[in-house]
Amino acid sequence: MIELLDYPFMQRALLAALLVGVAAPAVGIYLVQRRQAIMGDGIGHVALTGVALGFLLNTSPVWTAVLVASLGAVAMELIRWYGKARGDLALAMLFYGGMAGGVLIINLSPNGSNASLTTYLFGSVTTVSDSDVVAIVCLSAFVLAASLGLRRQLFAVCQDEEFARVTGLPVRLLNLLLALTAAVTVTVAMRVVGLLLVSALMVIPVAAAQQATRGFAGTLGLSVLFGVAVTLSGTGASFYADVPPGASIVVLAIALFGAVTALAAPLARRRARRDRELRSGEVLPDGEAAPGTQPDASRGQAARESGAAAPASEAAADAAHAGDAESGTARGRASVAGRYKGGGAHGDRGFRA
Amino acid sequence: MAAPQTVMSLRDATATLGARAVLRGIDLTVDSGEVVALLGANGSGKSTAIRTVIGQVPLTGGELELFGTPFARFRDWRRVGYVPQRSTAAAGVPATVREVVSSGRLSHARLRPLGRADRAAVTRALELVGMADRARDSVNALSGGQHQRVLIARALAGAPDLLIMDEPLAGMDLASQDVLAEALREQVARGTSVLLVLHELGPFAPLIDRAVLLREGLVERVGNPEALHDIACHPHDTHDAEGRAGIGAGLSMSELNPGTRR
Repeated sequence: MIELLDYPFMQRALLAALLVGVAAPAVGIYLVQRRQAIMGDGIGHVALTGVALGFLLNTSPVWTAVLVASLGAVAMELIRWYGKARGDLALAMLFYGGMAGGVLIINLSPNGSNASLTTYLFGSVTTVSDSDVVAIVCLSAFVLAASLGLRRQLFAVCQDEEFARVTGLPVRLLNLLLALTAAVTVTVAMRVVGLLLVSALMVIPVAAAQQATRGFAGTLGLSVLFGVAVTLSGTGASFYADVPPGASIVVLAIALFGAVTALAAPLARRRARRDRELRSGEVLPDGEAAPGTQPDASRGQAARESGAAAPASEAAADAAHAGDAESGTARGRASVAGRYKGGGAHGDRGFRA
Repeated sequence: MAAPQTVMSLRDATATLGARAVLRGIDLTVDSGEVVALLGANGSGKSTAIRTVIGQVPLTGGELELFGTPFARFRDWRRVGYVPQRSTAAAGVPATVREVVSSGRLSHARLRPLGRADRAAVTRALELVGMADRARDSVNALSGGQHQRVLIARALAGAPDLLIMDEPLAGMDLASQDVLAEALREQVARGTSVLLVLHELGPFAPLIDRAVLLREGLVERVGNPEALHDIACHPHDTHDAEGRAGIGAGLSMSELNPGTRR
């Protein structure tokens, strides 16, 4: 594993992969939150025109891509504001236009062909140059400063835009900032995974992380961790197996999603059961009018387990234990009731009843 | 005592949604410390009236003032708390109850990070609606009534002077409604003014100072809640419905009879 660090091109590739692994999910999470996971794809298509423009003008394709992708992202944001019912069609046309414009312009430029677009379409992290690295570091710094520094504000805007406006947040400004950040992320990531797969890196780590988390902060942290894990291991794998890094990164990300989903499903089931029981406990806070004996009994048991035993309750608690063990949920119930008791005096009341 | 300050006033307000005139000239005021309920059938313009007040539906005519400032110049949004008419507090990514409620505090923090006072206000808002023990849970795991309580806590976290709520009781069971009525009572006792849309007065009835009945974009009646509730929700069962309650505009008592309130 260490030998691949001996090659300067691999050092640059891994640095680029690391930065993209952090930045892509950190921005993608807001798009997913706003249910616009597809937006990264659209920006990727538009960025292709920018890349081709770089070839035509004989300048760095990264910077022209940043420019054109930013314009495209702002246009999409404006369409979202003003275009009402047919906004999806306008977005679709922007996708196609970006792609067609790229192919058209690249064939007009003297030293470009469809083949030169391929490295941008599918990524070519091992050909990242020193100047590319400088660009990627600067752009990633901007992306991370915006997406992490303003995470509460962006969270509020993406969670409930109308409410965010009433809190007096500069919602339009934040939306534009998010669009710009997404555009920059796409252009940063295009060298690593390619424009066609860029959205995958913004969406899949988030989708995987939220299988196992309850909160936004947790999802953000875990998705960045997942992002870094798949970009680094995908880049490393491509060094040894001689496969395109973009493709291996995305396949790894999907495999990770599958693994997390498989592992998280039983966890989620247990949590759901616990929540359900917590709720059934809330309906009967006084332990009165209980349709069955189970909720009361489980509280009795919890009280006993948490050391607050009272002799008079022993029989009831034992009965509860037997009943619960039969249904196979003794532990879950006990922990619910224990937690519930911790939250207030209700546990005691139920216990007396 | 000094005459109560007017917290919100709409004068001859008109608004359209698409081509339809939804508000056709409404006068409505809320005084400091007052609880005003908007009643009326579906499509009468209740929600639109509320949404003009928070600037989400532009006025096509008339005037709107918040805390004595014309709407165009009003920037002090930290004084306003808003509870939208929504069935869920969730979005595309999981969020904990506390995270959602914390976003209500951004009216104070703006673009700064949240400080200790902000966190304390969030905790207090969660306690007010009885959701403190669920703070770390995902909002996806909540029932409909709990979602609504979270949205109300989010508005309360900003410690607003004017609380605006669009059908806060929708989809709530009776236990949650009582929790909410208690939270509201506490808030009003601290001097908060409230403007809310209601379909059923329910446990809020004793809290409401003035009920305004809208019909087809106009204020039809203003009066005490008990009399209006019957007219609003059961117009055909109410004997002499037309003869009851006589004021034709949503102005507060203080404006109509200066010196009678408080």
